[in-house]
Amino acid sequence: MDKTLKSSERKSISYAKWGYIFIIPFFIVYAIFTLYPQILTIYNSFFEYYRDGLNIIGPNFVGLGNYVKLFTPNLSGYIPIVKYTINTVILWFMGAVPQFIIAMLLALFFTSTRLNIKGQQFFKTVIYMPNLIMASAFSMLFFAMFSMVGPVNQIILSSGWADQPIDFLAMKITVRSLIALMNFLMWFGNTTILLMAGIQGIDESLFESARLDGSSSTQVFFHITMPLLMPIFIYVFITSMIGGIQMFDVPQVLTNGIGTPNNTSMTLIMYLNTFLGISKNYGMAGAVSVLLFIITAILSIFVFKTIRKK
Amino acid sequence: MKKDLNKSAGIKLFISRVVVYGILIFLSFLCLFFFYLMFVNASRSNAQLQAGFTLIPGGNALKNFVNAWHDTNISIPIGMKNSFIVASLSAILTSYFSALTAYGTYVYDFRFKKVIHLFILAIMMIPSQVSAVGFIQLAFKYHLTNKLWMLIIPSIAAPSVYFYMRQYLEATLPLEMVEAARIDGSNEFKIFNQIVLPIMKPAIAVQMIFSFVGSWNNYFMPALLLNDIQKKTVPVMIATLRSADFTKFDMGKVYMLMVMAILPVMVIYVILSKSIIKGVTSGSVKG
Repeated sequence: MDKTLKSSERKSISYAKWGYIFIIPFFIVYAIFTLYPQILTIYNSFFEYYRDGLNIIGPNFVGLGNYVKLFTPNLSGYIPIVKYTINTVILWFMGAVPQFIIAMLLALFFTSTRLNIKGQQFFKTVIYMPNLIMASAFSMLFFAMFSMVGPVNQIILSSGWADQPIDFLAMKITVRSLIALMNFLMWFGNTTILLMAGIQGIDESLFESARLDGSSSTQVFFHITMPLLMPIFIYVFITSMIGGIQMFDVPQVLTNGIGTPNNTSMTLIMYLNTFLGISKNYGMAGAVSVLLFIITAILSIFVFKTIRKK
Repeated sequence: MKKDLNKSAGIKLFISRVVVYGILIFLSFLCLFFFYLMFVNASRSNAQLQAGFTLIPGGNALKNFVNAWHDTNISIPIGMKNSFIVASLSAILTSYFSALTAYGTYVYDFRFKKVIHLFILAIMMIPSQVSAVGFIQLAFKYHLTNKLWMLIIPSIAAPSVYFYMRQYLEATLPLEMVEAARIDGSNEFKIFNQIVLPIMKPAIAVQMIFSFVGSWNNYFMPALLLNDIQKKTVPVMIATLRSADFTKFDMGKVYMLMVMAILPVMVIYVILSKSIIKGVTSGSVKG
């Protein structure tokens, strides 16, 4: 007895240091390449600090000046950050609504024992594929396809649907729809697989007894599947939202970074990116980042709450 | 009566199957169509592309490939080499060190173990763009732009990969095994490298794939960090296609460049799709 106690005591003393040794690389790298830059980002947001031609202005402490500036209407009469946040939410929403509806349907199809869908592996493989494709190249591909001289306009012209090529990149509705379509294609397969796993995690006996009670599939869906899937559904939905807030590659490449037409497809990160280009406006970029951080932090709290509930 | 009911139920099932397969085939078509058109167009000459649209491949693929490969404005071979270096080293580092960190907080008892675990979970959701401003500022201040290792080293600290590895360890590694190895006299590093890592092989493989793909496709940070043509990665090069005057291009070559950007990941996916799809669900929070 005495001996075992002693040995376990010795163990916990002598092995603890290895715990620290093993986690140290992670924390050193995290501190240098993530934490310190994050602190610097927040710090910057309180300073006037940018490049004007060859001159570097600042850093001069301006308090909340950058934030005030961020929420001041520009010459065109709108507040950029508000407009771009709304754009981002609209672009995300336009893709996410069909994404979740279709993914929910497919997840139900795939898990239905009644339908007993064959070739599931094939379908899953195909619909998940766009998720792994380089978003910037995918967007470039769409740009080439939908440009004035691209194949889509060739089809439109040769089939006589229009006399002139349609400039898809000059209209708000078409640009936004293309971005939403790309996001939809890139994400619905992923969502399908996640929701499917959620449905498969539900106790099979519940479905069994509902069937024996003579419940219709609609009743089963609304009274068993959906309520039990809800935590996972909310988790997937909010993570999609967090991803949506960070939308960048697709609209950036499609509109060449300017969010055509009239900044109606300019997203938050594209806006952030404009400050990090030639102007190196660390002050304003810092303020945008802090805002982005606050938005994602709020959304993340919801995620953690849904996980906790489980 | 009963038979009739069965029959109508059978017809109903048949109809719903037809509808469901119809939807599945349509969505699969939608997912493949644009990529198919990209491959077709990459095999056609510029003149053919101007002349009109077709779904039949042309015979110009090799010529487009040679043109794309030797294009001096884009330098795609250099881009592919850079991307390959960044993606493969990131994949190795991120999976090894995440496994090591997860092992550290799982197997050992030390004072701040719980706090550290919760801390890593908490930082998981912070978007990488939030550190971008400070990161770029430091890179310019210390003349570290156009350095590929600036894109590789940060992958050592990847909270979401850590989370995945930790879950995997909890599910698969019996602590008695570590104890037994200690009795055999192995030191802690040896235990991790020679006993634990082999057990974690499936998890490491999945994370290496996802990390490779993620870093191959990464555009935001490389675009800000790399402006020397010798150091650019593929996504940065692809994006420069967009900013150039489009109508002057040999479009066959442009499509071929896109094929070259996308194909490596597609090949990986075709070979490993089964484990990749499995990895999609196991990475997320289990219900």
